[in-house]
Amino acid sequence: MELSLTSEQVALKDSVRRLCERDYGFEHRRGLLRSAEGFSRDLWSTFAELGWTGAGLSEADYGYGGGPVEMAIVQEEMGRALVVEPYLSCVVVAATAIAALGDADQRERMLSGIVGGETLVALAHNEVAMRGDDAEVATTAAQGPDGWHLNGRKGFVLGGPTADILLVSARTPGGISLFEVPAKAAGLGLTAYHAVDGRRVADIALADVQLGPEALIGPEGGALTAIEKAVDFGVIGLMAECVGAMDAALWLTRDYLKTRKQFGTTLNSFQALQHRMADMLVETELARSMLMAGVAALSHPDPAARRAGVSAAKVQISEAAIKVTAEAIQLHGGIGVTEEYVVGHFYKRAVLARGLFGGIDRHLQRFAAQALKEVA
Amino acid sequence: MNFTLDPEDAAFQAEMRTLIRDLLPEGIARRGRRGFHATHDDIRDWMRILNARGLAATHWPVEHGGTDWSPLRKHLFQVELRAAGAPVPDQAALELVGPVIYTFGDAGQKARYLPEILNGDTFWCQGFSEPNAGSDLASLKTSAVRDGDHYVVNGQKTWTSEAHKADMMFALVRTDADARPQAGISFLLIDMKSPGVSVRPIYTINEGLSVNEVFFDNVRVPVENLVGEENRGWGYAKFLLTNERTMSAETPHTAFDLAMVKDIARRELRDGRPLIEDPLFAARLARFEIELMALQAAVYRVLHMAEDDPALNATASVLKLRGSELRQRIADLAVEALGDHGLAVFPDVEGQDNMDVLAPVPPAPDHAAGWLSRAMFRRATTIYGGANEIQRTIVAKSVLGL
Ligand SMILES: Cc1cc2nc3c(=O)[nH]c(=O)nc-3n(C[C@H](O)[C@H](O)[C@H](O)COP(=O)(O)OP(=O)(O)OC[C@H]3O[C@@H](n4cnc5c(N)ncnc54)[C@H](O)[C@@H]3O)c2cc1C
Repeated sequence: MELSLTSEQVALKDSVRRLCERDYGFEHRRGLLRSAEGFSRDLWSTFAELGWTGAGLSEADYGYGGGPVEMAIVQEEMGRALVVEPYLSCVVVAATAIAALGDADQRERMLSGIVGGETLVALAHNEVAMRGDDAEVATTAAQGPDGWHLNGRKGFVLGGPTADILLVSARTPGGISLFEVPAKAAGLGLTAYHAVDGRRVADIALADVQLGPEALIGPEGGALTAIEKAVDFGVIGLMAECVGAMDAALWLTRDYLKTRKQFGTTLNSFQALQHRMADMLVETELARSMLMAGVAALSHPDPAARRAGVSAAKVQISEAAIKVTAEAIQLHGGIGVTEEYVVGHFYKRAVLARGLFGGIDRHLQRFAAQALKEVA
Repeated sequence: MNFTLDPEDAAFQAEMRTLIRDLLPEGIARRGRRGFHATHDDIRDWMRILNARGLAATHWPVEHGGTDWSPLRKHLFQVELRAAGAPVPDQAALELVGPVIYTFGDAGQKARYLPEILNGDTFWCQGFSEPNAGSDLASLKTSAVRDGDHYVVNGQKTWTSEAHKADMMFALVRTDADARPQAGISFLLIDMKSPGVSVRPIYTINEGLSVNEVFFDNVRVPVENLVGEENRGWGYAKFLLTNERTMSAETPHTAFDLAMVKDIARRELRDGRPLIEDPLFAARLARFEIELMALQAAVYRVLHMAEDDPALNATASVLKLRGSELRQRIADLAVEALGDHGLAVFPDVEGQDNMDVLAPVPPAPDHAAGWLSRAMFRRATTIYGGANEIQRTIVAKSVLGL
């Protein structure tokens, strides 16, 4: 078991942290949230120049030879700064799906575009009725003489509003298939709105969207395993963001208690609050440890075991993130619930993390099912 | 001991349910069910309707426009109001300053303010907290210096709910800088339109506006706006804060929320079945119902306690502690029940208190709007009205004798 980071990984971590501390101040972020796209294209180019957009991809996939660990490192630091650029949706989820399923041409085109920072891709798989059950695809793709016809509705597509390419999952005769759909395709209607943490999401209506045969990614009917894998990467990426957010909230609260005076003394002198902070640290440490287990699970050869490991991480970390960030608000008092102060935004990210890609109940259930199988 | 309602009380409750249903305009009820703060207009219109029936402040004494109902019936009326989706009235006026005025105010103040409050004509805000006086309220600095028949007020209040809409503020001000902290405070009624008053909005994490900073720059307040005696304001404030805690069990709200969560869980599907049939979710819901039952039972116990029972205050703190936490957790449950719809930001299209940037409306069923906002704002229930840590200290000291 090797639990420490390599020097390259430490360097990556430092580079993300440094840039976020320098260029990603809270006021800057607030400005981004008010802009039309909700993030900075300039920063996105910088992320690409610094190699972050290829940090978790192998060299064969046009990346820099990293894997889940590198991905989690970047995400954790981004969680600390509450980065709103579409890293999770594009670099983590969509790229994983393409890497798992695409042919040589699709991979070259899309993955090198993602790594180079030129192409934004989003996985348009989720449907509102799905609630974390990736097999519940209702969107359909029918095969005609000249290609495919897509019909259906995708909901809460993270990164959807600004994607150049949407990877749309649809039911075909053989099962679930994935299609490369240009965001500008005729028949595709997109409604953009805001997720709780300020990131942009979209609902996508597909009304007889016509695609050529080359739009199919991977075998017809054989996309589900790859989609599940991509979503699992997304879950762990999001959990890494949570660990960063919790850690930042914890220390910010610690510093606040040391300066805020009530009753003639700083708040940190109240033992009741010291104990609360100690509990927050316990939760954060367990979450950080669980994140390592979750990252390791991503490389598990057995998909069922991988999913169980991911679900365990989702339950433990997202619940801890809710607890710690809510407590951070509470210990700040009134200032904690204001939009113009950062601490509430850590909580918002935790709320997103709890609900996105299936809620706590779904993941508990999935974990329990696997655990039972192992007992039997 | 009998824990069911007497037939007369049950009949009263049924009667009130019908009455409220008949009186409450559908538009107001519909907006009341959304998870946003009620609009000023809806509150005022509804207050007028209730006041015409003598029902604006049923918990007030009869001589000031209230009723002689038993504490239980007053409570049942609140339950029915909430269940119908009636907007939450101006609590600062009805629950806080109103009782202070009829208990400690002079005849002129009673004659002037109480009828306006009952009719929803005057909206109030509570100016107690300051940037450096939150939990430690006695350290407040806003000063009021006597100048002829006026006080000249200088300083700053913060977290003032609804100050941006209020006509009047009841404020704690320092009238004697040399006395010990609690002794030099007075209770002053300030017209928000007075020259020198300025209000700056503070947006909260639900992306809405309800709290503000209020600045006083040589604001002249007539001496007749002093309630009770100079330098005795702390006592009136303590009287009022106890009221604030008693109402903060907020079981009628929580019961309403729980009913709404059930409604959501009937409409939302998981694995093709209504969420309410999902065993995991059903178990969580059941747990909440049980907790609410316990809290409701505690409220009934408090309602049956004598006004001068020494345990009353401490029990009020118990209610505030659990009530506020339960409110948070039930709003969270609603967010979880909504799945993806619980993660989307809905702007309050019918309110006027959005942040400057209006988020687009996500495509979603009606039952989804506002719940995220409600859950976000609920983070404050354990902070305002005396933070829960402060309540625990009160309980530890006054009940446990620690
Ligand atoms: C939405 C909202 C609406 C409000 N509306 C009004 C209003 O209309 N009018 C008004 O006057 N005020 C209002 N308030 C203010 C509210 O009463 C204060 O926020 C509250 O009293 C806490 O004060 P503070 O924010 O300064 O936190 P602080 O007093 O700085 O407390 C910060 C944290 O430290 C804890 N703490 C403080 N002292 C102790 C101690 N001795 N032991 C242990 N823990 C301690 C607190 O519990 C809290 O967790 C409102 C607040 C909010 C959030």
